[in-house]
Amino acid sequence: MNAIFKDHEVSLRVQTKWWTNRIAIYATLLIWAAICLFPIFWTITTSFKLAPDVMKGNLIPWWDFTPRWKGWESIGLSPRLIGEVSTVREEFFKRFWNSAVVSISASLLAVILGSLAAYGLSRFSYRFGFMKNSDISFFFLSQMILPPVVLALPFLVLYKSLGLLDSRIGLILLYTLMVLPIVIWIMRDQFQGIPIELEEAALVDGLGIWGAFLQIVMPIALPGMVAAFILSLVLCWNEYFFAALLTSTNATTLPVMVASQTGSQGINWWSMAALSSAAILPLVIVAIVLEKYIIKGMAAGAVK
Amino acid sequence: MNTDGDLLHTVTTDNISDSRKRLGKLMVWGTALFCVMLALQQTIYQSGRASIGFETWRPILYAYMLWATALCAAQVIVNGEKGKRTLFVLPAALFVISLVVFPLLFALYISFTDWNLASPKGPQPNGWDNLVQMWNDSFYWNALTNMVYYVLAVSVEYVIAFGLALLLNAQISARKFFRIVFLLPLMLSPVAVSWMIGKSMLEVRFGPISRIIRDLGGEPTFFGNPEIARFMIMAMDAWTFIPFMMIMLLAGLQALPSEVLEASKVDGASGWQSFKEIIFPLMLPVSVTAVVIRIIFKLKLADIIINVTSGGPGGATDSVTSFIFREYRDRSNVGYGTLLAMVYLVLIVIFVTLLLKLVSRWMERPA
Repeated sequence: MNAIFKDHEVSLRVQTKWWTNRIAIYATLLIWAAICLFPIFWTITTSFKLAPDVMKGNLIPWWDFTPRWKGWESIGLSPRLIGEVSTVREEFFKRFWNSAVVSISASLLAVILGSLAAYGLSRFSYRFGFMKNSDISFFFLSQMILPPVVLALPFLVLYKSLGLLDSRIGLILLYTLMVLPIVIWIMRDQFQGIPIELEEAALVDGLGIWGAFLQIVMPIALPGMVAAFILSLVLCWNEYFFAALLTSTNATTLPVMVASQTGSQGINWWSMAALSSAAILPLVIVAIVLEKYIIKGMAAGAVK
Repeated sequence: MNTDGDLLHTVTTDNISDSRKRLGKLMVWGTALFCVMLALQQTIYQSGRASIGFETWRPILYAYMLWATALCAAQVIVNGEKGKRTLFVLPAALFVISLVVFPLLFALYISFTDWNLASPKGPQPNGWDNLVQMWNDSFYWNALTNMVYYVLAVSVEYVIAFGLALLLNAQISARKFFRIVFLLPLMLSPVAVSWMIGKSMLEVRFGPISRIIRDLGGEPTFFGNPEIARFMIMAMDAWTFIPFMMIMLLAGLQALPSEVLEASKVDGASGWQSFKEIIFPLMLPVSVTAVVIRIIFKLKLADIIINVTSGGPGGATDSVTSFIFREYRDRSNVGYGTLLAMVYLVLIVIFVTLLLKLVSRWMERPA
């Protein structure tokens, strides 16, 4: 009862406690934000450094050192070289284009196949031999535990005989397989959240089941599909293991290019930093712009 | 989930004529026969006993896809409305079966051969030799032991992720900013991370972290000492994947019923008490999902190891995947490497099944 007055001892104690609490929370948040951001900051600034700056350990641009375009010149992406012909830049864009084509088509294919399967599994009951719905779902989801290394070699041999080695189609098929269980997991959750009465009304009004799916359910489930698509995109864009084994010259993706440069170039940090920055920037931008969808996708399966 | 009876009932009167049924069956069997014939012809051609054949097996793939399409179309032709329902699941099922089951069977075969890509003879079955070799391969067992350490590191990641999720769920301003920043590491490819952190920030001479350690009077070694090297790999992997668990846990926290938390506050529970007695027990299902999925991802850990240490020093950081990767890449030892991978798959399946069993039993028991 005494604590009503603001300058009372009890009240003051509560206030100090509240303030220390606040400060602790924000301090932890800021420290972790620094841990998350520093490597990115370091990579981007290093791409503008010269050798002496690297060796002296200069950190802050314009204060410690003057930013130079040297690193970006080495992959042909500086203001001076942008108009000229550059083989390195072409090489970089080729890899970039490969990564983009492979990850976008694989994600798209996975979202189409996965959404259809998830919708079927959440609405109808099936019997394939001894397998019922829950078995089929488990079959799809269990692909998640399949380690890539088990498939890598059979695929190497299979693709060699099919003439699919070092081709984008080969990678697209594998990546689709890799993200399909995740898409089915997210989409099943999405479809279960859509009331079945909607489709019943559509069926009464004369649509077939596919018509009801395409015209009624899909527009509602679209945000979930976007979330699944973005998450697949991130996974495919970053995939290294299969790309390293199954591609050599034509279809190599960006991670393979980055990895092949790391070993060779000793202290040539600026060009590595520029290459790494260029490789991570698209996804950093995706993360900032589409953060909502990424979180939605990952949260979908977690809460039941 | 409801498994008996359709959730969405459709009543249809399908009048499917016999000729239509026959057409459907003909399509499936015809294309299947065509595919098999083509495959046989190609086998004979490759063994050198026929003069007509294709350069690669690609046409057989096309024939197989034709069969798959015919199978899907035949569902509708033969079964009518019921077939349209099957058509939702069939494409994905066919896709997964053809891309997983066939390669797995093939892998089972080559894992019992002495196939080396460098040898001209091709695969020769060699019985149990690979298994014996595996039994005596101390590097493989070492890699498996490392996997145990790596999986155990998930517990620390879980604690950090839970803490961060709690902080993000607290009354803070600029929550969106922190959420994006905390999410960023997950977006970066492990290959880029292995350069950004492993090869430049942790570089012994000029890396910023080595500099700090030297300023503090220490002598930086990151990848020379086995224990520290393993810890560094764990830390880098944790750095990329903590956001993943954090977001799942945050979603769980936001779905908690607020009445219960308010009631505990009214009853005078301190912060720690309400966490221990209410938040944590209510979060158990979400936690279990997050941890299990994280473990599954962890079992595939390879990219960072391949690019930063390639297993060194002395195999101290090797994961099974990176070990087998080097077996392929450096020694072209296909048969043996595949056997190792198959054994790993069996171990993983046993481990994950046990884990799920244990978890479900533990969750059923009232806390």
